[in-house]
Amino acid sequence: MSESVYKEMWENLNLDIPAHDGLLEVLGKFYGDIYLSQQGRLKGAEYLDFVLSEVHGLRIKEIMDQKAQGKKVVGTFCVFVPEELTLAADAIQVGLCAGAEAGTEAAEALVPRNTCALIKSFVGFKLARICPFTESCDMIVGETTCDGKKKTYEAFGDLVNMHVMEVPQQKNATDRDMWKAEVLRYKDALEKLTGNTITTEKLRDAIRIVNEKRRALQRLNELRKATPAPISGRDALLINQISFYDDPVRFTRKINELCDELEARIAEKQGVAPEGTPRLMLSGCPMAVPNWKLPYIIESSGAVVVGEESCIGTRNSRDLVVDEGDSLESMLDAIADRYMKIDCACFTPNTEREDNVETMAKDLDVDGVIHYALMFCQPYAHEAFKIDKTLSEAGVPMLAIETDYSMEDVEQLKTRVEAFVEMIK
Amino acid sequence: MIAGIDIGSRSIELVVMDNDTVVRQEHLPTTFDPVRQCKSILSGLEPDRIVATGYGRKLVEGMDLGTTVETITEIKAHALGVFRTFPEARTVLDIGGQDTKAISLLPGGKVGKFEMNDRCAAGTGKFLEYTATIFQIPVEEFGSYALKGDDPPVINSMCTVFAETEATSLMAQGVAPENIALGLHKSIVRRTVNMLGRVKLAFPLVFVGGVAHNPCMARLLADSLECVPGKDIIIPETPDMNGALGAAHWGGLPR
Ligand code: SF4
Ligand code: SF4
Repeated sequence: MSESVYKEMWENLNLDIPAHDGLLEVLGKFYGDIYLSQQGRLKGAEYLDFVLSEVHGLRIKEIMDQKAQGKKVVGTFCVFVPEELTLAADAIQVGLCAGAEAGTEAAEALVPRNTCALIKSFVGFKLARICPFTESCDMIVGETTCDGKKKTYEAFGDLVNMHVMEVPQQKNATDRDMWKAEVLRYKDALEKLTGNTITTEKLRDAIRIVNEKRRALQRLNELRKATPAPISGRDALLINQISFYDDPVRFTRKINELCDELEARIAEKQGVAPEGTPRLMLSGCPMAVPNWKLPYIIESSGAVVVGEESCIGTRNSRDLVVDEGDSLESMLDAIADRYMKIDCACFTPNTEREDNVETMAKDLDVDGVIHYALMFCQPYAHEAFKIDKTLSEAGVPMLAIETDYSMEDVEQLKTRVEAFVEMIK
Repeated sequence: MIAGIDIGSRSIELVVMDNDTVVRQEHLPTTFDPVRQCKSILSGLEPDRIVATGYGRKLVEGMDLGTTVETITEIKAHALGVFRTFPEARTVLDIGGQDTKAISLLPGGKVGKFEMNDRCAAGTGKFLEYTATIFQIPVEEFGSYALKGDDPPVINSMCTVFAETEATSLMAQGVAPENIALGLHKSIVRRTVNMLGRVKLAFPLVFVGGVAHNPCMARLLADSLECVPGKDIIIPETPDMNGALGAAHWGGLPR
């Protein structure tokens, strides 16, 4: 993946070139082992391979070219940031991945050691200067979700231009009012950053673009109900990951093409694993690029992943902004309402998530659920107990896993996952 | 003839079955060369099928032994091993060299739920092995030594290294070493009981793995679960063979 033609661009972004080369090498090897080794992949996966191979190359070049024409880039860490507004302000939104260990030691000088790997990773990426997405951002949006993130943003704010949105902790009428005000405050921040005004037309177009993107992901998820499973969980996760940084219109088109191919496969009863292969669903913390560890372990243990109940998964695609409507005000309300439906573990209570997990497990006809919490993630570790209870009442076996990005527990995890697969067979 | 082989971090166990009868049981230390040890324990045997379990199970798969090799996890192997010997058992506790597992059993030896210690060695055989060295006694005698204690201090550290520090500082304060040894055993038992609770412990409980040989562990476990040894808690004659036995049993089941 290391393309020297991009070296100048990376230098202009002030990346640490040797460290960045190292990252690309690891990423490339990982990708080869975990993705390219798969048998019988879809033709549409060429798009995924291409996007990933050019993740720090062509995609960054596109972004830099647009920046040269005056566009602004907004980085995010959480699905609470309304992409509709970002696009309506003619800015580019990218999710900053934070799925690999990098710059951990430096990060631990800014955040406590018992902080989750995702947070350490985004701080580490910044401090190590190896992420061209982070470096190309004109503004990075944080949000008050878990304590780990919100305190980290205080330190992170010294390094980048930050805007922090306040996300409520409950879902009462007053919380909704506050959230609406935060949506408006984000709108102002965007207008100030870009110098563009968010008009009714622009917002309507942006809502359509994002809704179409979410519809494509919904379509994909719907197709995954088929038996035998038509696509691997790894590829589906990658699609969800790519949805955070590729151009949304291109992404939607490509994923719809891929879904056409899936439909044809399903009609011929073709799958990535034979019928009868245990079907598992992942539930919990988001898995950012290149955190493919657990899906890979699962799919090397004789099971197939058919759903991801997480922010890099259905929590991001489940709900649409209902009003593609006429007035700016009504659209802003619809946006506020849509985002208030997110069932993140940072809310209390968060019973919707229990219901959503149960419904999803039934719809996808899974044999079991693997609950995934990053080590030191309080919100999801707490909810593992609740989800376990809900699922056990529904007769769906669950395995709770807590892990991070390191590879030292891989053998242990394999044993646990294999034993779980043996158990549900 | 079927061979069940359990490759653990410390030792390798072999159980050979012919016509559903155990005809041979053996063990060897794992050493730094488990492949050689596996070959040596299997030498002279020509089984129709080998079933490997334990953390080194994949090693056997790759060894080209000229016969069918299958692998199952330790969880399944222990469940089946216990089911074979004690079909009425409801829960399995296995404490081995670097893993502790609690398994609830469904009828037929199926696994209902299981728990394992996470990546560190806290609460496993390794913990005892490591802490026994502070007392300069072999780990095999550590249990009987600890049983001489009668007033154990509370050891809070779960971490093997911190527990050692805690034990050494208790020694410096003049606490009797037998009592410290007892306290260390108690700390593992506390952890184990928690794990059993998470799989909804039901009796009879069968305690297997190398650490089941430790009399202090057996006693403390029975005490803290307030139950009758031999009836509610059963320890097989050769608890360390259970994984290999389960593997061999699996190999003999109709396909
Ligand atoms: S899990 Fe919560 S905090 Fe994390 S990205 Fe999702 S909504 Fe945001
Ligand atoms: S994984 Fe958990 S602890 Fe980490 S950022 Fe997300 S919610 Fe916070």
